[in-house]
Amino acid sequence: MDAFVTLDALVAPLDRANVDTDAIIPKQFLKTIRRTGLGVALFYDWRYKDAPSDGRTEGLTADPSFVLNDPRYAGAKILLARENFGCGSSREHAPWALLDYGFRAIIAPSFADIFYNNCFKNGILPVVLLPDQIERLFSEVAGTPGTRLLIDLSAQTVVLSSKETFPFTVDPVRKTHLLEGLDEIGLAEKKAPLIDAYEKNRRERAPWLTPAV
Amino acid sequence: MARTIIDKIWDDHVVTEEKGTALLYIDRHLVHEVTSPQAFEGLRMAGRKVRRPELTFAVPDHNVPTTDRSLGISDPVSALQVDTLDRNAREFGVTHFSMNDHRQGIVHVIAPEQGITLPGQTIVCGDSHTATHGAFGSLAFGIGTSEVEHVLATQTLPQSRPRTMEVRIEGRAPQGITPKDLILAVIGQIGAAGGTGYVIEFTGEAVRALSMEGRMTLCNMAIEAGARAGLVAPDSITFDYIKGRPYAPKGELWEKAVDFWKSLPSDPQAAYDRTVTVEISSLAPQVTWGTNPGQVAGIDGRVPDPESFSDPVVRDSARKALAYMGLVPGTPIAEIPVTRIFIGSCTNGRIEDLRAAAKVVKGRKVASGVSAMVVPGSGLVRAQAEEEGLHTVFIEAGLEWREPGCSMCLGMNPDQLAPFERCASTSNRNFEGRQGKNGRTHLVSPEMAAAAAVTGHFADHRTLSGS
Repeated sequence: MDAFVTLDALVAPLDRANVDTDAIIPKQFLKTIRRTGLGVALFYDWRYKDAPSDGRTEGLTADPSFVLNDPRYAGAKILLARENFGCGSSREHAPWALLDYGFRAIIAPSFADIFYNNCFKNGILPVVLLPDQIERLFSEVAGTPGTRLLIDLSAQTVVLSSKETFPFTVDPVRKTHLLEGLDEIGLAEKKAPLIDAYEKNRRERAPWLTPAV
Repeated sequence: MARTIIDKIWDDHVVTEEKGTALLYIDRHLVHEVTSPQAFEGLRMAGRKVRRPELTFAVPDHNVPTTDRSLGISDPVSALQVDTLDRNAREFGVTHFSMNDHRQGIVHVIAPEQGITLPGQTIVCGDSHTATHGAFGSLAFGIGTSEVEHVLATQTLPQSRPRTMEVRIEGRAPQGITPKDLILAVIGQIGAAGGTGYVIEFTGEAVRALSMEGRMTLCNMAIEAGARAGLVAPDSITFDYIKGRPYAPKGELWEKAVDFWKSLPSDPQAAYDRTVTVEISSLAPQVTWGTNPGQVAGIDGRVPDPESFSDPVVRDSARKALAYMGLVPGTPIAEIPVTRIFIGSCTNGRIEDLRAAAKVVKGRKVASGVSAMVVPGSGLVRAQAEEEGLHTVFIEAGLEWREPGCSMCLGMNPDQLAPFERCASTSNRNFEGRQGKNGRTHLVSPEMAAAAAVTGHFADHRTLSGS
């Protein structure tokens, strides 16, 4: 996983609440056994005119009414979104598609839990801001072409070009992992003696938990 | 200190804790073909093994065809994903219910059926509807593929302690009101993000009165309210359901287990971070009209006018939903016509669901222009239904009788809606495109799906005329 320290990037606004993971990446792209190359399928049904249901990605026409097809947001690495972003299924294909498309941070007033977790596992920073700060960012992006934001994970701030600063909170453990791009499985494996001890105790305390078959 | 069942299960599974993040031990890991290939590949690349293969259970369900299995899977990409699960299960020594095993079915149907799911456990699966298993008084939640890999490798998961929410269902359910109606009413009241950050405990007499299958329907959709998990405290109904199932404890271990399970219910003085009361004494059968499960009304209601919502975000969501669904504000729900019916899924694909639907269609015929399918949740549900003759009832009424799987709940297999087709579905998500691009999904109970099948529009199953 790539570390996330600071990000100074263009912002794309997706002005819609309850964007679910079926919308982020529909089912026909979940059949893959790899985690790469999904950027082309991001927001598939919204992004392409007459997107076919067979999962074809070549020869499609971009729908100009969809915000990510607006040339002014080309190269955006920050997605500005509305409440309950990423609701629905647990598919990690959703953050994989966002990452592959180029997004490294998503700012919203709230996120669905599983999606929020999945972001951290992939080096994407989900930032929760207050509703009025979100409103402020939407109007800023709409009014000022080329709006960029500076996200500083160490300082836990989102800085506007005016130097106005919005602080955000993040779990300290997740923050460290993201700042250092740590392998969580490796970290847990270092605690193997504790897991061994837990399992030994569990076998004595709750022997019925070992499956009967 | 008085604790909720959620606190009790949590405390029981903390291996170690650091800065508010616990390393949580996982008792059961369920695996399906869609969210696991990258996790197994990760293990292979790092030279890791599955730490506890005997606690890991795999089954293909999302991609499997619901038509003749002997023909195999026609889509080569789907077939590769199912074969990959087969191969990974063999390579890593994980228990596997393969596509042609008579016990195969939707992961959330077969784990309870096999006695794999037990009270007081932590249960995870790379699938958001893992919440289903909370019906047994376990802490069961969906995880992403990176977390699947983490659990495979370490049998643990770093987690921060969830907040607790009591959803108290007050009053007695009117006759003909099903668990699906209860959970849709809950989501309608608290909203599709109302449970975000919480684990819900469902309480109240109406919950205690539910069968295990009813409780599974209830907990299954906790995720649709944004909660990662929902649960119901175990009681004698729970124990009676589990006893004698293949993977359940036996003999002396059974007695020990039951003694422990009886200690799980929340202490009388336990405090929740939030309590919500949902009154159901006058609830009507529920039908969703929008594109999230919280956009729901009674069968006696009407499609709402988006302009009637004061919250601008809710108003905008309703506008977009009605445009997508092709609905006009003020239309009586009972006048909305449907052409497709889907009865099945991890929400409503169990034997009691099929019995309830069969009772409604018995002696009636599917309305002209309507196509309806029944997809049992597992091979064992299918066999049981056939033993009871339910398949004959469905077939005689003109519904298709299929092989088990996730099917049209998400349409990863060929079972999909055509663009603009309108479906009464017993599944759990009415998102845009969920059942097929531009498909229009209305979530209902099995009884209501059956009533729509025979009338061609939504209708109160309790007052259907003539048979």
